[in-house]
Amino acid sequence: MKSAESSFADRLLGRVRLTGLLSLAAPLLAIVFAGLITSVVLLVSGDPPLETLGVMADYGTQPRSIVLMLNYATTYYLSAVAVAIGFRMNLFNIGVDGQYRLAALVAAAVGGAVTLPAPLHIALILLVAMLVGAGWASIAGLLKVKRGVSEVISTIMLNAIATALGAWLLNKERLAVEVAGSNNIGTKPIPESGRVAGMAIIPGTEAKVFGLIILAVVVGVGYHVLLSRTRFGFDLRATGRSESAAVASGVNVKKMVVTAMILSGAAAGLIGMPQLLGSSYSYSLDFPTGLGFTGIAIALLGRNHPVGIAFGALLWAFLDTSSSILQLHEISPEIVAIMQGTIVLSVIIAYELVHRYQITAEQRRVSKELAGGTPPRVEGASA
Amino acid sequence: MEEAVISTSTPAVELAGITKRFPGVVANRDIALAVEQGHVHAIVGENGAGKSTLMKILYGMQRPDEGEIRVNGAAVAFRSPSDAISAGIGMVHQHFMLADNLTVLENVVLGSEPRKGGIAIDFGAARKKIKQISDTYSLGVDPDALVEDLGVGARQRVEILKVLYRGARILILDEPTAVLVPHEVDELFGNLRELVREGLTIIFISHKLDEVLSVADAITVIRRGTTVASVDPKAVTARQLAELMVGSELPSPETRESTVTDVVALSVRNLSVHSPDERCIVDGVTFDIRKGEVLGIAGVEGNGQAELVEAIMGMRPAEGEIRLGEEDISAWSTLRRREAGVGYIPEDRHRHGLLLEAPLWENRILGHQTRRPNVKGPWIDRAGARADTRRIVEQYDVRTPGIDVDAAALSGGNQQKLIVGREMSGDPVFLIASHPTRGVDVGAQAAIWDHLRAARAAGLAVLLISADLDELIGLSDTLKVILRGRIVADVDPQNVTPEQLGSAMTGAGEAA
Repeated sequence: MKSAESSFADRLLGRVRLTGLLSLAAPLLAIVFAGLITSVVLLVSGDPPLETLGVMADYGTQPRSIVLMLNYATTYYLSAVAVAIGFRMNLFNIGVDGQYRLAALVAAAVGGAVTLPAPLHIALILLVAMLVGAGWASIAGLLKVKRGVSEVISTIMLNAIATALGAWLLNKERLAVEVAGSNNIGTKPIPESGRVAGMAIIPGTEAKVFGLIILAVVVGVGYHVLLSRTRFGFDLRATGRSESAAVASGVNVKKMVVTAMILSGAAAGLIGMPQLLGSSYSYSLDFPTGLGFTGIAIALLGRNHPVGIAFGALLWAFLDTSSSILQLHEISPEIVAIMQGTIVLSVIIAYELVHRYQITAEQRRVSKELAGGTPPRVEGASA
Repeated sequence: MEEAVISTSTPAVELAGITKRFPGVVANRDIALAVEQGHVHAIVGENGAGKSTLMKILYGMQRPDEGEIRVNGAAVAFRSPSDAISAGIGMVHQHFMLADNLTVLENVVLGSEPRKGGIAIDFGAARKKIKQISDTYSLGVDPDALVEDLGVGARQRVEILKVLYRGARILILDEPTAVLVPHEVDELFGNLRELVREGLTIIFISHKLDEVLSVADAITVIRRGTTVASVDPKAVTARQLAELMVGSELPSPETRESTVTDVVALSVRNLSVHSPDERCIVDGVTFDIRKGEVLGIAGVEGNGQAELVEAIMGMRPAEGEIRLGEEDISAWSTLRRREAGVGYIPEDRHRHGLLLEAPLWENRILGHQTRRPNVKGPWIDRAGARADTRRIVEQYDVRTPGIDVDAAALSGGNQQKLIVGREMSGDPVFLIASHPTRGVDVGAQAAIWDHLRAARAAGLAVLLISADLDELIGLSDTLKVILRGRIVADVDPQNVTPEQLGSAMTGAGEAA
């Protein structure tokens, strides 16, 4: 009966769902636990835990910080969704990082090279980014299907290759130009028609929220609809839950692997877009890196659920934003990294605990309802 | 091996008040059992009655919640199988745990290698000891034979030797005859008698009553997790024993009148399947199944049945021709074959039939994810799928509190009824039923047989694969025997006995 139980990996990646109030119990438990651990760390390093958290909360809820948090969260959300698409099907796309960096570079170059009416220009840049991300991810998908190469290995390798390829492309002889007033180099800035204006929607500050926050919402809704409402999503989830059962039901698993990688890569391609079209307008040496790895942590935190990921992204972004105040109070901002790590670990542990409780409870409920609820029926022929 | 004589009347094993609960079920409840030294003591019960759990408790794989275990009069509490082994208890599992590419000798010493001078393995001493054990109990095991060259019966003797080598005086045999054909069973029983003559104690788990009656010195019956009777095999008939096991009259798989028509629903021509290392697993299989006909395939497990089924389902590359009605479907994908009306009750429902951690209504969609009422175009039709799941639950008597519980929460029999209901949906023209009643309780078994008979009467063509010879003989209109991937005999189910079928399955004799 070993196969009757879900594997730890299934639960880790949220392919197994908690239902009802229990799904709230787990993250709350985790945050409380993470808070305790952080407090201990703060105490050990000689800082008062409550005050430190208070300072962070204070700073983090200022209007300017909220804008910053939303902007971070937008990027994180896209990244986590890209990772989650793979996770739902048992694919570990570690290569989101390379996919988005390469996609942002090429999209920035294309965007800087053309001039089109505004909506078309933006659409073109987004399309190029998605195509590059999807193309780069599809290499790992094809390698897995054709040659049986683990996507974990190949995507890690492809990250390194993407870095090298990016460095080669971002050269003055190729895609780069000198950035005015510095010795930085970057792609030719995207003209006005390709930019997405920010929105000053948070009262009390001039700072603007990325216009492409809407893109994140659209991607989130699309992810939810695709996965839980469509045939394709059903096949994808079925494959993730049990590949052998999916094969027997007629799913072409190889095709699903490539398609899922392509979708994951396309979503990854969008990660750099809010930043590129909303703030930096060019891909230069100081374009943010490492977002793909943050996405893995947030996908785990949000249990691959579109709403869960949103909370995860906001929490992560809040911690990132509020960490900048700590230095003023002579507290090491690295404490935030410890917190983030603890939260991810606690979430995994808490979900595991709650899941075990839930399985037991459900089996008990089923046998109880069957024993008492349904009218007794004669089993077989009675003597 | 000093205490080889039956000394006192202290039972070799005594269990009192053993209770073991799993989430939602009580697997064992207040078990009382006494096994005399030098006896073959049979424990019989239906699938799921709690025999295996009990034996796992006795072998230290699980700990009881309540109750006491005494071995040779002394109370014990096993934490792991190694505790049980050091108390002289050994277990031969139903599925052999042998490394094919090692010799008998290597397999036997694996894990308890005799040392010579610190690091070297003393194969000489081990070989001597194995020969000695083999001779003492007439096991006839050659220590230098390669396990992959051995037949099933010989492998089982190696397993027995393995536990004897570790000093076991009490042997637990879990369904030892499940994988054997009748004449191998006779050999095994000969070996068992040899073992008890030498003073060993054997606990023999089975649900095959004839065998139990012929070999056991004492019988304990388990029903719904508890011991309901201890009987003397000389004073009880198979019928009485069965009724003790089931608590009521046994259902019978027999079909009444033939419903076979002239219309061929599925025709298979020269179907061959090769393994990755080019071995021929299914070898030129040819047959026709007509509408309203059940074609049974009998064979010892592992003779190509699983591969044959997967080839027909399009899950495994194969050569040859498969026609469904008029159409050649050999090149079709699994999905297209399913859409064309091929239903599939898989051998392993957990691996191939269900998404265990998904609710019942999502499991309703599985395998039918391109058809109504589950989908509308590219969209999942939740309302349609849910309504149809309710219909299946109702019609097929799936005992569940609702359609939103996970499939894993249902018992095996109810899971299987859900699968049968699902595969009968959407008007299939041809159904593969692979071990359709394996591991389900008697009530569900009777229900599944009824559904298969009703579908057959309605014109369904069925390919039935089963290890249960009574089921095969009772349900099939035509019966073929598969051996090493080839169809070796056609048998008339009307006048064949399980024994004749059994010998045909090993190629030992000609079937009637």
